[in-house]
Amino acid sequence: MARVIVDVMLKPEILDAQGQAIARALPRLGFSGVSAVRQGKRFEVEIDGPADEAALAEVRKMAETLLANTVIEDYTVTAES
Amino acid sequence: MSAARVGVVIFPGTLDDQDAARAVRHAGGEAVPLWHADPDLKGVDAVFLPGGFSYGDYLRCGAISRFAPLMEELIPAARAGLPVLGTCNGFQILCEAHLLPGALMRNAGLHYICRDQGIRVESTATPWTSDFTEGQEIVLPIKHGEGRYVADQETLSAIEANGQVVFRYVGGNPNGSLNDIAGIRNEAGNIVGLMPHPEHAVEDLTGAPSTDGRGFFTSVLKKLVNL
Repeated sequence: MARVIVDVMLKPEILDAQGQAIARALPRLGFSGVSAVRQGKRFEVEIDGPADEAALAEVRKMAETLLANTVIEDYTVTAES
Repeated sequence: MSAARVGVVIFPGTLDDQDAARAVRHAGGEAVPLWHADPDLKGVDAVFLPGGFSYGDYLRCGAISRFAPLMEELIPAARAGLPVLGTCNGFQILCEAHLLPGALMRNAGLHYICRDQGIRVESTATPWTSDFTEGQEIVLPIKHGEGRYVADQETLSAIEANGQVVFRYVGGNPNGSLNDIAGIRNEAGNIVGLMPHPEHAVEDLTGAPSTDGRGFFTSVLKKLVNL
């Protein structure tokens, strides 16, 4: 068993309305010095075998097909150590 | 002559299928319910993808629906020229399926919007808009939380240059859509998606702001009869 992490973030040029709302809320709560917030998604994918290159390639395919919409989002795939 | 048959797709969480079916019948067509889990288009002449919250909008709006068994039939048929209209969640599904360019995201103000909205018809070169005139302003209800149309600059320039923008918001942009885009079509023109709801604006009786939605259904039925 191994765990593979897929992080999905909006592409930099896409307006992140939710991230902006969070950034605006932080100073109201007393957190200062925050210049921007971007919100994304994290997927923890449990796989049966080891997180070898073949397994990572398979997870990349999952990310490309379903987990991310590559029209608006970028993703990264990493094996959890 | 038998009536043209328009399929109305139902996913778990679809809300507007009854209004869509009624609007088809109101215009003189036969509405054929198409179940998401049944990979069978039942020989329909056109397909309406109604709004709602298919699969609870989990992951992204339309992301799960796009892989429903019915979609395996619908996607190639649409690519081959079958007239398809998606409204609201249906528009989101068409974008997720890459049948239409771009994507729909959370409204710029993050609020769910439910109101009557002015829309300008920019293209009548689709089977769903031929009964309108170019530049005509109509009023339809909108009701969505994720209707902000986005595309990369290259895609946006291309759809503008190709005349693929079919509807634009007028009297204010409700959701932050790029270029005030309310609806678009594919290059061939047979697939149209828009956030506003023509199926809710076909009869005065229901308190609709207009009956401007009728034009979508009369357009496609005329097209199908004249094929």
